[in-house]
Amino acid sequence: MATAQLVNLHRVAPEWHLSIVGILVMILDPFVSPRRKRWLGWLAFAGALAALLAVHRAYDSQGMAYDNLISTDVFSVFVHVVVILAAALSILGSIDYLEREGIQRGEYYALILFATAGMGILAGANELVTAFLGLEMSSISTYILVGFRRRSEPSNEASMKYFLLGSFATAFFLYGIAMVYGALGTTYIDKIQALLERPGGIPALAMLGLGLIFVGLGFKVLIAPFQVYGPDVYEGAPTPVTALLSSAPKVATFALMLRIFYVSFGMASDFWFWAVWISAVLTMFIGNLAALVQSNVKRMLAYSSIAHAGYILVAFAASTTLGIAAVLFYLAAYVLMKVGAFLIVTHLGQRGEARLDIRDYAGLGSREPVLAASFSLFLFSLLGLPATGGFLGKFLAFQSALDAHSAHGTAIIWLVVIAAINSVIGAYYYLRVIISMYFAQPSTDYTPSSVAPALGVAIFVAAIGTLYLGLLPAQVLEFARTAADSLPLH
Amino acid sequence: MSVVPVSYYLVLSAVLFGLGVIAFVFKRNAITVFMSIELMLNAVNLAFVAFARAHNQLDGLVFVLFVIVVAAAEAAVGLAIVIMLAQNRRSLSVERMNHLKL
Repeated sequence: MATAQLVNLHRVAPEWHLSIVGILVMILDPFVSPRRKRWLGWLAFAGALAALLAVHRAYDSQGMAYDNLISTDVFSVFVHVVVILAAALSILGSIDYLEREGIQRGEYYALILFATAGMGILAGANELVTAFLGLEMSSISTYILVGFRRRSEPSNEASMKYFLLGSFATAFFLYGIAMVYGALGTTYIDKIQALLERPGGIPALAMLGLGLIFVGLGFKVLIAPFQVYGPDVYEGAPTPVTALLSSAPKVATFALMLRIFYVSFGMASDFWFWAVWISAVLTMFIGNLAALVQSNVKRMLAYSSIAHAGYILVAFAASTTLGIAAVLFYLAAYVLMKVGAFLIVTHLGQRGEARLDIRDYAGLGSREPVLAASFSLFLFSLLGLPATGGFLGKFLAFQSALDAHSAHGTAIIWLVVIAAINSVIGAYYYLRVIISMYFAQPSTDYTPSSVAPALGVAIFVAAIGTLYLGLLPAQVLEFARTAADSLPLH
Repeated sequence: MSVVPVSYYLVLSAVLFGLGVIAFVFKRNAITVFMSIELMLNAVNLAFVAFARAHNQLDGLVFVLFVIVVAAAEAAVGLAIVIMLAQNRRSLSVERMNHLKL
């Protein structure tokens, strides 16, 4: 009995590491003098690293935890690594940002850790109400983080919008769970699969439930037509929070979507294929076309996030094991380049996030060559140029979609064609920033400050990761394939 | 003794959920919008209870407790955000939340 409990604890090791360090940060917070609060950030960073090591323990003792509520498989491990990495980089980027904005507080780091623990639960959930709890753990924490610049009206407003729309989405997700439960009498993801495989077809109520779940999770990963609030939230949130928000929750929620759609409802892939198809097309066009007209870099990157969710949906539509592997690899590459790009915006924003316009980036190439070069690297990766992780992610996504044409016919080929057209549209707004950095006259009323060491390390890690995934992807790719194989597809 | 069929509860739940969605879209005060979300969550609770009854299981009842707890946590955070906004701006109309735009 005792050993069974211990095995359970091993299987959720990352979550309890994150939670305990988060609670520790909260307890220590009142005892730390304001000048030393940044050490709480380092403690939280250490917690994230400990959780990353704990993922290894979870990997060594795979299986179901807590009466099948949580499934610790390679898939879950892969998602954990990506999510915790994103959180760790965001914490590194936050320490000096909070100092600069005068809002250095312990609970900020604790909330990041709690949110990450929630995303970990999302990644491994084998039961829908457990998934709901994980989703809420991550969402409620991030509602607060978005409004962390309490004196700034945009931050207040972003927090309010995120809270209202996020809770609205949660209600849809829950109602979907209720419908699935009503139709099948279970909320276990693997049991749903077994029940749906019985002869007699899929109950309409379960399909309605799946539709509602798609709406609820669609809001969370910002796919069209549920993306409307996204850019506002990303723009108003403190930039390191935007870095976290645009990466980790998306990865975890896509992981949950993979589990629900591929494992539980893999039988019904013909049914949800068109929903994903339409959503992918809308998401790519809305994201890319709206990004074209942005002059605020933060907002432009927010729309680019939306566009990338569309590319991920292209691989998602494939409904094959290769599709899962492509989604996972894409998510890993996406997290590194997106966090890297937002962390550079964090530094260049300067006090009060005053310098976010594309013109403020003019002449950066000659003034801060290293920073400009790394920003160009992230933008090239987002654009999908060879030798970067973004290129390979896109390549795999499109390839997995094309491979699935025997199942889905020409529809999926058209989807890839549309995605390719969108990649070309995307080139315009990414290159615009790069041209501004290298070829425009620098503005004179501004002397750049040096990059804080912690932030520099975070940007460096993201840049190395982006190059690594582009040049030596074999290992990560193999990991993604094993992860995809570990899902019990029907 | 006649028993009210489960389907009646489900229809009521769907109506409540629909009213919540309509209120969310058309109401202009942030607190009222928030209340409409609570209405939606309670519609979900009603559906869970009704289904638990239909399947003769306890699971659905346990889910309701989880939903109530999470809704309480959400309310705590949501009202804190409302207070923060009210202090900085002195208005809770969602129409005036147009600081961030294209």
